[in-house]
Amino acid sequence: MAVEKRVRFRSWWLPWVLVCPQLAVVLVFFFWPAAQALYQSVLQSDAFGTSVEYVGLENFRRLWADESYLASFHTTAVFSVLVAVSGLAISLLLAVMADRVIRGAMAYKTLLIWPYAVAPAIAGVLWLFMFAPSIGIVSFWLRQAGVNWNHLLNGDHAMTLIVMAAVWKQISYNFLFFLAGLQSIPKSLIEAAAIDGAGPWRRFWTVQFPLLTPTSFFLLVINIVYAFFDTFAIVDAATEGGPGKDTSILVYKLYYDGFKALDLGGSAAQSVVLMVIVVALTVVQFRYVERKVNY
Amino acid sequence: MGAIALRQVEKTYGSGPKAVKVIHGVNAEITDGEFIVIVGPSGCGKSTLLRMVAGLEEITGGEIDIGGRVVNRLEPAERDIAMVFQNYALYPHMTVFDNMAYGLKIAKVPKAEIEQRVQKAAKILELGALLDRKPRQLSGGQRQRVAMGRAIVRQPAVFLFDEPLSNLDAKLRAQTRLEIQKLHAELGVTSLFVTHDQVEAMTLAQRMIVMNAGRIEQIGTPEEVYGRPQTTFVAGFIGSPPMNLVAVQAEGSHVRIGDHRLALPTRAPRDGALLLGLRPEHAEPAAADAGWPFEVDMVEMLGAERLVYGQLAGAPFTWRIDGTLVPPRRGERLRLQAAADRLHWFDPADGRRVEA
Amino acid sequence: MVENRRVADTLSHLVLLLGVVTVAFPVYVTFIASTQTAEQIVQNVPMSLLPGDNLVESYRLALFGGQTAYGSRLAPALPMLTVSFISAMIIAVGKIAISLLSAFAVVYFRFPGRTVVFWMIFLTLMLPVEVRIGPTYEVVANLGMLDSYAGLTIPLIASATATFLFRQFFLTVPDELVEAARIDGAGPLRFFKDVLLPLSATSIAALFVIQFIYGWNQYLWPLLVTTDESMYPIVMGIKRMISGGDAATEWNAVMATAMLAMIPPALVVLLMQRWFVKGLVDTEK
Repeated sequence: MAVEKRVRFRSWWLPWVLVCPQLAVVLVFFFWPAAQALYQSVLQSDAFGTSVEYVGLENFRRLWADESYLASFHTTAVFSVLVAVSGLAISLLLAVMADRVIRGAMAYKTLLIWPYAVAPAIAGVLWLFMFAPSIGIVSFWLRQAGVNWNHLLNGDHAMTLIVMAAVWKQISYNFLFFLAGLQSIPKSLIEAAAIDGAGPWRRFWTVQFPLLTPTSFFLLVINIVYAFFDTFAIVDAATEGGPGKDTSILVYKLYYDGFKALDLGGSAAQSVVLMVIVVALTVVQFRYVERKVNY
Repeated sequence: MGAIALRQVEKTYGSGPKAVKVIHGVNAEITDGEFIVIVGPSGCGKSTLLRMVAGLEEITGGEIDIGGRVVNRLEPAERDIAMVFQNYALYPHMTVFDNMAYGLKIAKVPKAEIEQRVQKAAKILELGALLDRKPRQLSGGQRQRVAMGRAIVRQPAVFLFDEPLSNLDAKLRAQTRLEIQKLHAELGVTSLFVTHDQVEAMTLAQRMIVMNAGRIEQIGTPEEVYGRPQTTFVAGFIGSPPMNLVAVQAEGSHVRIGDHRLALPTRAPRDGALLLGLRPEHAEPAAADAGWPFEVDMVEMLGAERLVYGQLAGAPFTWRIDGTLVPPRRGERLRLQAAADRLHWFDPADGRRVEA
Repeated sequence: MVENRRVADTLSHLVLLLGVVTVAFPVYVTFIASTQTAEQIVQNVPMSLLPGDNLVESYRLALFGGQTAYGSRLAPALPMLTVSFISAMIIAVGKIAISLLSAFAVVYFRFPGRTVVFWMIFLTLMLPVEVRIGPTYEVVANLGMLDSYAGLTIPLIASATATFLFRQFFLTVPDELVEAARIDGAGPLRFFKDVLLPLSATSIAALFVIQFIYGWNQYLWPLLVTTDESMYPIVMGIKRMISGGDAATEWNAVMATAMLAMIPPALVVLLMQRWFVKGLVDTEK
């Protein structure tokens, strides 16, 4: 990870002063709560919250035995796969097209990246509005086309809704990275392939796509992390985890159990599980990306 | 004020078993106003030595004295020095004026005086028109001049130059060399100039410090270093093409080279194994029955001169002749001789000069 | 590129236009809705795609609150916009400031415990706030920071993305500049202020965009730590407006509020597009 600097300033106290603010915030708002979560995950409080007892991995065992938790896992898995795959596919298509056109490239780029600025919560509200069973414009067209859209009753519709909202928001981010990746492929490689007789379709699959693998992998991990965590607001705004618990992704369940149902031990255990998942994903990403850098 | 003394200066990197000593006990006395060139091959420690004088590297052994003060513990800014870097080290976001003024601003020099000093330096270096530009708008040569201007305005006791000409093209290098000489003539500030180029060393130095592998091989004027090299290293490093060194067995006024027994114009300093040194330009043609046998392998035409490569009594030898003379041909056999005072003798074991 | 350009080009433009339209469509719908009255939205199904004439009224209602057509009270959006703006600025500026200092310390000084500090900061990259909401909430509550700007912002400036970006950048600054500055007599803080900061301007700009948007778009965290309506940021406030069910919601005001909530970050992105793109692609790599 590190390239070292040859030059240093000499001072034994100044660096500590400089680092102090960040360290303070990190210790108080990061390490301490994380430690608390670990600690609480092995405790259980009684119904009135007056006493706690150490229960080892009991909370975790309960989680795995809990059907709704496993269902939530399943929901999250489905959700993140859908978001990641469709998000990447659509953005890749747009990036490939944008890479080809010369005229208006800047304009397309500008027009396609601004959704990055939209808050997930707002995205949720917007898509909810378009698909609202009674007044939504798109739900109207769907009904005209014979689809009886109602995400308030139909779990699959609800899932589709949040997937669409989530993908819509991520398109810009993925698009930017794919475009950068495409533009870093030397033109000479593509020209060589053309001279070798490869048409545009084949050129894409045999030259550009393989060279995009590092970018694709990187974005895949980012999108999965995004689907796991940053989509809370979309879920809360559009479906509130419903109907029932059909769109209750893990982070939503964590919120619900912790703050609505007030199950501290279980919620802490869920936190720990999520922590492990994120750490695993981040480690995978760093290992892979670091290796890819010299290429 | 600008005199420098180096006393047993050492530099070691790391500590314990992995420690690496790169400078071994360097001693030198430099008088105020002298232009000293530290020259040597890459990795010989010359830049490290310069940086120790500057205060950018810790001095792990010995003392460095500037203007009578021991500076080992002083920060660079407190040593009354200024430095010109190989890569110019100009602040990219500041104008030329601000670059030159920065050190003075920190030293809280009054604005009027800053203005005056910068303008004066700009005039000397012909930078007047460029004062408002940023470094990225300047050429390499201009940037180097700004770097020198920054050093000049500080009016230090010592100028330190760290291979400042290495990044310039050949023509610019020659030009800038002259400018540096002019500057020194005008300002007379003690200067330490580091380079790996012996031509720069020979042309700029009042005295040279020749370094190799962390040690000083010789300190002297260009004439001394060229005319009386103290070690085989100096003999081979200064002068292009380098001095010829031939392994011989000395026997009084004769030497043996392989099967040949050859006469010397003078007695050898001692008998036994020796290295005989002769510069390519100091060999002269001899009469057919005198001198030493020389067989020509190849001739290189360089315009004003020619280099004749061949075997002198079986040992590889380079001979330099004037370009207007008729060149010898490949395979030709000639005889060469040299005056007694052009011969150098070295001990083959330690490379040190042996005096006649 | 080398072969039949016409067809391929037209196709490309078509796809791109389709992309742009799809991306813009939801926002267009939102804008249209904000120009109509609540009754029009609910009764005219499908909603007309042409702008209505209720624009001023909708936005006035959204910004300043008041009585809705259904008789319920609508909270004004203006205070919420202010809260969002202030917290986004605090988060962006705060994060950049402490990260600059930390990165500077870690790169340019050698001090005992440096590696430990480095890894501690690195670890924060791994856990977004969503994962530790329970205990972090407790800490904030215990410190009495609920319903305050401090509570809204400080826990969010813990992560290390900015520190890493600055560290990467500082490592590319040539060593000679530091040496020249030392010879010029500049101490570490002087060097930081006069040389390092100006050179970091682009990175700072890019990070500002990213952090401002990050701060503005925060939802879960404000949801937890604020109960007082006057401290609701706008993205949170909006969701509460739609809890009444399709028919009872003042949709035109909601959509107007959504438009208002989207404008500042979009402006920031558009105005600083060049730095933003550079910053994004660099941060993550």
